[in-house]
Amino acid sequence: MNQWPSITELASDVASGKVTASELVQKSLSLIQKHQEFQAIISTMEKRAIQRAQEIDARISQGKNAGRLAGVPFIAKDNFLVFGTQTTAASNILKGFEAPYQATVIEKLEAEGAICVAKANLDAFAHGASTENSDYFTTKNPHDTSKVAGGSSGGSAASVALQLAPFALGTDTGGSIRQPASFCGVVGLKPTYGLVSRSGVIAMASSTDVIGPITANVADAALVLDIIAGQDQLDGTTIERQSAYTQLEGNLSGKKIGVIKEYFGPGLEAGVKTAVQHAIDQMRQAGAVVSEVSLPTLPLALAVYYIVCPAEVSSNLARYDGQRFGHATVEASTLDESYEQARQQGFGSEAKRRIMTGAYVLSSGYYDAYYKKAQTVRTKLMNEFNEVFKQVDFLVGPVAPTVAFDIGKNSEDPLAMYLGDIMSVGVSLVGVPAISVPCGFAGSLPVGLQIIAPQKKDKELLAVAKAYEEFA
Amino acid sequence: MKLSRDDILRLAKLSRLQLSEAEIVQYQKELSSILEYVAQLDDVDTTGLKPTYQVTGLTSEQPNATRNDEVTSQVSQDKLFKNLPAREDDQIKVKRMIG
Repeated sequence: MNQWPSITELASDVASGKVTASELVQKSLSLIQKHQEFQAIISTMEKRAIQRAQEIDARISQGKNAGRLAGVPFIAKDNFLVFGTQTTAASNILKGFEAPYQATVIEKLEAEGAICVAKANLDAFAHGASTENSDYFTTKNPHDTSKVAGGSSGGSAASVALQLAPFALGTDTGGSIRQPASFCGVVGLKPTYGLVSRSGVIAMASSTDVIGPITANVADAALVLDIIAGQDQLDGTTIERQSAYTQLEGNLSGKKIGVIKEYFGPGLEAGVKTAVQHAIDQMRQAGAVVSEVSLPTLPLALAVYYIVCPAEVSSNLARYDGQRFGHATVEASTLDESYEQARQQGFGSEAKRRIMTGAYVLSSGYYDAYYKKAQTVRTKLMNEFNEVFKQVDFLVGPVAPTVAFDIGKNSEDPLAMYLGDIMSVGVSLVGVPAISVPCGFAGSLPVGLQIIAPQKKDKELLAVAKAYEEFA
Repeated sequence: MKLSRDDILRLAKLSRLQLSEAEIVQYQKELSSILEYVAQLDDVDTTGLKPTYQVTGLTSEQPNATRNDEVTSQVSQDKLFKNLPAREDDQIKVKRMIG
């Protein structure tokens, strides 16, 4: 059953008085309550959400404009700083932390009348691909509760698949929006690096961290991006935006689509391969000019990522020292002990693994061999993407080599878990935009088609994704 | 790359983590296998290439983004103090730093 119409329709229903913001917020909150067994949500913010809804309803009854997302409820991954509840990043070290300010994207969405109702589960600090690294609980896949929802934005993707709210926000550092979107059968957009401000979002790996929407369809993703994109004084890496992401024109006819050869190797599950190839056939039927392309360095992207990411994680997580906020210890007798005990008790095993791996690759004597080498291979990868984008407009392939896997299957073997990121991390390292669009099922589990565009062509990416969605 | 027990103890010290005995054993094994995996980059020919630290060219094509260093009311002091583990009046209380 479809709980929510499109976001545009919802907002216009609120503006015209057909439905109230208060009704929508209540509906979302009761759906969250009803679907607790999936463990998609860490906390709700009833009081603030209901209050904001009443304010919006009052504005509308006075005939005032309440914004393009008037009364539309949404769910934020719990690494966004939001008022009205705790912000934990699904970690013990931030349990009970209350945001002293809000993320820029939350401010922008609220300015347009959207209402945050809940915070979604994730792998703690977004380290992972299944939410099994959450310090609290594992989110279950809406299509099969014995499977993971993906990660790290697994709670956000499951929330949208369960229709707890019309949209959710995620973060993607190495695939954390696209992979759970693929596993849960919803749309997940990773914009160009720098297009959306990260101010007020808990940092993981700053050279690839991006924010994006998870939605039921491409048009909704475009609308959310249109509101959150753009330069921000509080994030020095933000870039100039394109105009009106919502005006998506065009079709697949004549579009040059490159199928990434390296994505169709032996590790790819048969069911995923069939669904993605079917999607590519449909693009061809719709008039796209499809050819095979090669990015020879792409299989090395995972090794690059698992040097660069932990290096940046180790720096970004240095701030959690038990002095100014977060978990603190009372037993320590010296300053050093107070750092060591707070961090030892507050961080989960994946955070510790990444912090120490990062400390290793950045340490004196190893920096050149690991970190600098990885960043140089990254240049090689960027050059290959630039070359291939001279021949084709878009690249396509799977998002991940598998569908959603069994809960517990990879959780004892960190390297096996990392290997699942092979098709998403390359895109993150070169900063290009990509989207996961549902393209069918393998058995009972959804499969996502990954479409990739050159940097700053987010609008073109959304247009081609919408054209595919309409054709398929 | 096989890491020794001492390597793990050194990394734990650098990382300000007081690891348990079980974790020392676990991370010795796991970090070694991660480093073994990433070692495949050793053989990649990167002659003539420079490392990339910023992907949209912000550092090379234009000056660094800066903003005026002005006090704003965006973050309230009350909200910041609310998260303090220990305080004395308007000060953050920490363990003794000097001798």
